[in-house]
Amino acid sequence: MARSASSGSTDYHFKPYNVGRWVVWGLFALALLLAPLLWTSSFAHTMLSQMGIAIIVCLSYNILLGQGGMLSFGHAVYSGLGSFLAIHTLNLISAGKLALPVSLVPLAGGLAGLFFAAALGYVSTKKAGTTFAMITLGIGELVWSMSLMLPEFFGGEGGVTGNRVSGKPVLGVSFGPQIQVYYLIAAYCFVSTAAMFALTRTPLGRLLNAVRDNPERVEFIGYSTQQVRFLSFMIAGFFAGISGGLAALNFEIVTAEVVGAARSGAYLLFVFLGGATFFFGPIIGAVLMVIALVLLSELTQAWLLYLGLVFLFMVMYAPGGISSLIMMNLRLAAFGKLRALWTSYLALAGTAFVVLVGAGAMIEMVYHLQLHAALGTEMRFMGATLDADAFDSWFGAVFVLVTGLALFELTRREFLRQWGTVQEEIEKEVKRREAL
Amino acid sequence: MAPAAAPALELRDVTKTFGKTEIIRGASLAVQPGERIAIIGPNGAGKSTLFNLISGRFGATSGRILLNGRRIDGMKPFEINRLGLARSFQVSNLFTRLSVFENIRCAVLWHLGYRYAFWRFLADLRDANERTDEVLAMIKLDKRRDVLAMNLTYAEQRALEIGITIAGGSSVILLDEPTAGMSQSETRRFVELIREVTAGKTLLTVEHDMGVVFGLADKIAVLVYGQVIAFDTPDAVRANPEVQEAYLGSALAEEGAGH
Repeated sequence: MARSASSGSTDYHFKPYNVGRWVVWGLFALALLLAPLLWTSSFAHTMLSQMGIAIIVCLSYNILLGQGGMLSFGHAVYSGLGSFLAIHTLNLISAGKLALPVSLVPLAGGLAGLFFAAALGYVSTKKAGTTFAMITLGIGELVWSMSLMLPEFFGGEGGVTGNRVSGKPVLGVSFGPQIQVYYLIAAYCFVSTAAMFALTRTPLGRLLNAVRDNPERVEFIGYSTQQVRFLSFMIAGFFAGISGGLAALNFEIVTAEVVGAARSGAYLLFVFLGGATFFFGPIIGAVLMVIALVLLSELTQAWLLYLGLVFLFMVMYAPGGISSLIMMNLRLAAFGKLRALWTSYLALAGTAFVVLVGAGAMIEMVYHLQLHAALGTEMRFMGATLDADAFDSWFGAVFVLVTGLALFELTRREFLRQWGTVQEEIEKEVKRREAL
Repeated sequence: MAPAAAPALELRDVTKTFGKTEIIRGASLAVQPGERIAIIGPNGAGKSTLFNLISGRFGATSGRILLNGRRIDGMKPFEINRLGLARSFQVSNLFTRLSVFENIRCAVLWHLGYRYAFWRFLADLRDANERTDEVLAMIKLDKRRDVLAMNLTYAEQRALEIGITIAGGSSVILLDEPTAGMSQSETRRFVELIREVTAGKTLLTVEHDMGVVFGLADKIAVLVYGQVIAFDTPDAVRANPEVQEAYLGSALAEEGAGH
């Protein structure tokens, strides 16, 4: 699935039947099918449903960011407006004014996303780079302010509610139980993912990469960069709208925050964490997004702070995101060099954990003092009882943090040295193979 | 259709000013189909600017530019390219994160009529893939087809630059200092390559290397201070007193300033 140029271009006349790709897609379908059977609680089904929705929207965002080099700060506009159109469509079905199966409501969301991406994208894709980013930010704010001004459409503070058990059940599927909604989402997720992957293999998809790499040259090989950006933007808007439509069915309520800047920012952040360079990166990002928004936010009140720190370290040390880390290590494994590094990985993980414990203790103590002072200064942290107001706790936390940082830095240097040697060995190996 | 007698490329009294500075001051030139022209001139004469005006990168301030008898001044670069004019750049201008093969394939797609298709797989476009392989063989990068453009050597990047330019099959080719930064032996081989890949086409090059100029061009256009002061065969240009005065004079002046 990797859109790496080394594997991407060679297959057109050697392999009429690409076995590896069938295996990957088969596993993806199997994972979507089996996941709710492995995790059977209703909470798990809710999370899996949200992951399916997030995968579609993150992949659609990456058409812009990773494949087209377009940094959008307003992608939630298209998923969000898709949600609103979908919930209104659903309400028309409930009122008996529209005879449409509920399973097609996400398509109404998709068409809404496409429509608004055509109208608003016509403006933003006239420009590239920083100007494009600023325009998307402006449009995002515009739509957000509209949501406050037009309560008839956006439902004001309370949002718009709907009932997905509407119309006639098709083949006994009423979409009452969450599991039925999950499989609807899974089906849309699989088809959308396949369609967006297919896009990367078409003339438009490849020209989009060319526009990302060098827009100026594209103009001299017969293509209008503006047209390439605009068409891609509309496709991204369509899939974002589908995701929004599925969200409307899943939650049965749509509030104005779905078009907000925070949502757009989350798409950007998690696509980046997952990795924009490879096609599958946003899938990882989407899964992480749901885990962070649902689980991490339950676990600690400081979750946004932790998220910000993770993002910061990712941008600084692994700008290719998790997917590029995976691909780098797969390359090592392919050359049989992973074994030489796994002790270093273990040491890095161990020392990083120590840093996390130290930093986490201090962050949690600050939060406890600020927010729960009424409950006393005692608090639980990782199974231990800490007194947030006591010198000992702070001294201990600082001590753990400093020790962790020192050990981490030592292991990091050792790791970098090893990494360098391994890469050199691989280079030599590549040269040797080329010479054969 | 334009009459058969129309020049492949014609400039009529073209001017270009940047702010108050007039870079091109009424340049006129008529290149017949199949002619191979080298544009020479001292630094700052406006050679690159002239290429930028012809290829649509900048708009001309006044005057007309015609491609096969059709006006192209005021058109966008991609519109001019679709009419059959392609150019290369002085500094390699590649799709750095795409493979050599993809670089060339991007450049053939429009001209084979695939436009913005998102309903067809690249792998199924037999003619595009065959044409790409053909171009790769012509520029001798067929063994490097899967290497990312940014990982090529300098000479290979220059070859890919030419490959992207000719891949679409344009009939008028503009090459902006194709051998800039190359060693002598590389330059010799490269001139041979350019002759091969531009056979039968109308060719305009900007060059500083006189060896390259005489190796490639049937005719030489001398551009001095934004005007074409001579346009003739190499021998006639060399014997032209006006050229000697303007071009060699300024070359001597440059040399004098350098010491």
